[in-house]
Amino acid sequence: MNLWLWILIACALAYLTKLVGYFVPAKLLQSPRIMHIAGTMTIGLLGSLTVVNALASGQGLVLDARIGALAAAAVALWLRAPFLVVVISGAAAAALLRLLGWG
Amino acid sequence: MSGGPAVPLKLRESPAFKIALSLSIATGLYGVSFGALSVASGFDFWQTMVLSLLLFSGGSQFAFIGVVAGGGSGVAAMTASALLGLRNGIYGMQINAMLRPRGWRRYISAHVTIDESTATASGQSNADEQRRGFWTAGIGIFILWNIFTAIGALAGDAMGDPKQWGLDGAAVAAFLALLWPRLKGREPWAIAAACALATILAVPFVPSGVPILVAALVAGVIGWFSHARMDEGLEPDVDPYAEKRDHPHGHNRGAKRGAE
Repeated sequence: MNLWLWILIACALAYLTKLVGYFVPAKLLQSPRIMHIAGTMTIGLLGSLTVVNALASGQGLVLDARIGALAAAAVALWLRAPFLVVVISGAAAAALLRLLGWG
Repeated sequence: MSGGPAVPLKLRESPAFKIALSLSIATGLYGVSFGALSVASGFDFWQTMVLSLLLFSGGSQFAFIGVVAGGGSGVAAMTASALLGLRNGIYGMQINAMLRPRGWRRYISAHVTIDESTATASGQSNADEQRRGFWTAGIGIFILWNIFTAIGALAGDAMGDPKQWGLDGAAVAAFLALLWPRLKGREPWAIAAACALATILAVPFVPSGVPILVAALVAGVIGWFSHARMDEGLEPDVDPYAEKRDHPHGHNRGAKRGAE
């Protein structure tokens, strides 16, 4: 139930953020600083989410099959594979490593 | 509708329409991975669908379930999702300047203002084509993304142990794939590396989910103090025109300049 609440708040905030762009005068949002922060925030959060999902296990850091997924995804991206192929490569690498008894 | 174009273009002949359509299919398809991962992270079918229907922004949706999957709280998930969605506000401003939607259309166009629809519109120079591109990509992705989210959620439910299928590895790959197209140049790499490092250093000391917010703080501070190019990371993460692009990085800058 609690989770539902945060889901709905997240949905409301997502929509309001989009709407702000349509109703706030462009001059306010077009400050270079605000635009730059929106950009660095996007990159920083995605970088953080990548390593958290690859390395964190609760409050510990572990090297397990997920690091193989990270490597496989990087190779797929480097080869310019589409998003879905990248995701499947990550899953396949992790599943395969576990099948081989690691992580 | 918009001053009556001199040459009424058939929809099937419109380049923006075609590009938006193929982008819709490609993007919609990976809704499968969101649906499956969400269910594997412990969300039920309807929670998964509400995220796709109402939150409707891929990165923020993956962030929300990713934080919860790692044991983070609902507040941390909500905060990460909201911060990752900030760029959509900038996209909204650009689309508003480009298409000037009026009345109720504003409220609908706001909902479908995402990376892909913004990129499609920004890549066109003709106002009618911008409008076709934005709406086709926005509505097309909304419909397909939700259909494929449902398919993924139902499939995920039937799959049993998510780890056996490497679904936790799929999440890692998904985040890297969302980040990758934004790593153009040295500054984005430095920001991503600094935030990744801050995250790793924070993990042992703070509750799950919070390390991501520490990284957001680091990113915010970097954004506040650095005076590099202003649209770093703000180009939508897709480039629908990559194949026939003659002037690299030309499309989105032009749109921004036009909005000033």
